Amino acid sequence: MARIKLDGVKHSYAADPKSPADWALKEVNLDCQDGGAYALLGPSGCGKTTLLNLISGLLTPTRGRILFDDRDVSHATPEDRNIAQVFQFPVIYDTMTVYDNLAFPLRNRRLPAPEIDRRVRDIADMLDLGPSLMNRASGLTADGKQKISLGRGLVRSDVNVIMFDEPLTVIDPHLKWVLRSKLKELHHRVKRTMIYVTHDQTEALTFADQVVVMNNGEVVQIGTPIELFDRPEHTFVGHFIGSPGMNVLPVTKENGGISFLGTPVESIENVRAEALNGGRLEIGVRPEFVSFGTTGIPVEIGKVADAGRFRIVEARHKGQLLKVLVTEGDAIPSVTSHVRFDPTHTHLYSDGWLVK
Amino acid sequence: MNKQVNQKAWFLVLPVVILVAFNAVIPLMTVVNYSVQETFGDNVFTWAGVQWFEQVLNSPRFHDALLRQMLFTGIILAIEIPLGLIIALAMPRKGFWVSVCLVLMALPLLIPWNVVGAMWNIFALPEIGLLGKGLNSLGFDYNYTRQPLTAWFTTVLMDVWHWTSLVVLLCYAGLVSIPDDYYRAAKIDGASAWAVFRFIQLPKLKRVLTIAILLRFMDSFMIYTEVKVLTGGGPGNATTFLSIDLDKIALGQFDLGPAGAMSLIYFLIILLFSWLFYTLMMRNEAQ
Repeated sequence: MARIKLDGVKHSYAADPKSPADWALKEVNLDCQDGGAYALLGPSGCGKTTLLNLISGLLTPTRGRILFDDRDVSHATPEDRNIAQVFQFPVIYDTMTVYDNLAFPLRNRRLPAPEIDRRVRDIADMLDLGPSLMNRASGLTADGKQKISLGRGLVRSDVNVIMFDEPLTVIDPHLKWVLRSKLKELHHRVKRTMIYVTHDQTEALTFADQVVVMNNGEVVQIGTPIELFDRPEHTFVGHFIGSPGMNVLPVTKENGGISFLGTPVESIENVRAEALNGGRLEIGVRPEFVSFGTTGIPVEIGKVADAGRFRIVEARHKGQLLKVLVTEGDAIPSVTSHVRFDPTHTHLYSDGWLVK
Repeated sequence: MNKQVNQKAWFLVLPVVILVAFNAVIPLMTVVNYSVQETFGDNVFTWAGVQWFEQVLNSPRFHDALLRQMLFTGIILAIEIPLGLIIALAMPRKGFWVSVCLVLMALPLLIPWNVVGAMWNIFALPEIGLLGKGLNSLGFDYNYTRQPLTAWFTTVLMDVWHWTSLVVLLCYAGLVSIPDDYYRAAKIDGASAWAVFRFIQLPKLKRVLTIAILLRFMDSFMIYTEVKVLTGGGPGNATTFLSIDLDKIALGQFDLGPAGAMSLIYFLIILLFSWLFYTLMMRNEAQ
């Protein structure tokens, strides 16, 4: 159990990094509380797996320090850091039984046999692996195998952190949900620090207390799922999280206020607008907070997509697309209408970053 | 709806049928033909029944050759398989040296068999060969043309030199196909190098090792050219393996009947061993 702190960590796969493009991970500062559930969320190639491997010790940071409870472990081996990791493709020891697989990390650490037996049975119960404990592990399905890899981490009582590298990739869709809730339940039971890497926002938002959103080797925002939804600090977070993502609309400063292609936007107070000096301006508003009305920004109505309890309407203002979420059963105006933005959920961005 | 029957498709497999007929079926049937007849000059054949088979199976000469053959195959398998595995494990996985190692490993496999025999013949000559003269000047009494033991030593050494590479390349291919995550997981689980070999590498190599053993078994059981050039089966009959003996009977003595019978028995032995071995390995797999 440990608090994990990343202090100015940078990593490059090139031997001699020069240009910014050489860095797979640009300066990351992160503080993970003991016992928390964290998710690293970002598109493929954003550096999240690199960050995970740095924490687990499979990679050594090019710059910066990694601290476990104030102990510098930047150059320590994974074994020394005492971490556990569940990989994208389930890793099991084919020739062993499920029981031996779970006991393997403990046997390597030379624990007494009765102690091993007790823990293995405990964990097997927790993961519902009890009935197949004596079967050969190679005969299990993908989700069973992934449970074993997880079990090998849980079975050690002194693990500092358990890390998951997109663990549900190879699991059937209907079992993904089951395994995801199992993970959440396990976290509540064992109270270990868990770090979960994924590009799937549903997985990240349901699992984690704190989500670390990454893009292009940088941490863009760290926050609770609610914060990420309500106050994205960057337009990237806005459209990466949420389905459909946030409407990001180019705006300009005109007459002391904000105007969207010539139409004044009243949802942004002039105070916020005045504080600005230069920069590319955008406003962000989630489709959930756009509503049709008789006044406001004039739009033409385009395609309507049915998404179960909602319908997603594609509206256009002078050619600029903006999506509107309409609750099922509510009327959708035809041909033309006006839209209004909810002032508390409309944010102003300068060069991509939130203006506070 | 009824399927349309179109027998014309058979013509499409005709080229393969002809090819297989001429390179396998017809030669094999000729051998079968010889094995049940007595052959005289001017292409006169008389029926002999199973006489040749009985003669071959009861001849001490055949028993000795078979025993020598099994001993030889046993020895080279016991050396080449572990040695090949060890070399493959020691080879680098990435970087410049990978291609260097692979080329060096592939070289012996690219040399024609009779050239291998000729090379070792000269290399091991006690008066002028590097190996032969070297061993003698180190104080060993080494003369593979006269002593059965050193003849065996040279033959085994030659085969190990020629074929261990095949085992190495197969094992290496198997090793590099193991995903990195397995090694990472093992590191995290605190596994020792031995445990990594025993529980990850060996199980993942099982299939390629099966193939390697099978190939080396079949090839070494049929070894002919290299031994023919190196020792000619001597000194005496010390290195007269089955194929050399067959050659002596068929082309030395022109006893086509017994040679045909021996060929078929020889073929069946290889088939039986291979089938037995493969079935056992695969049954293990299924469990």
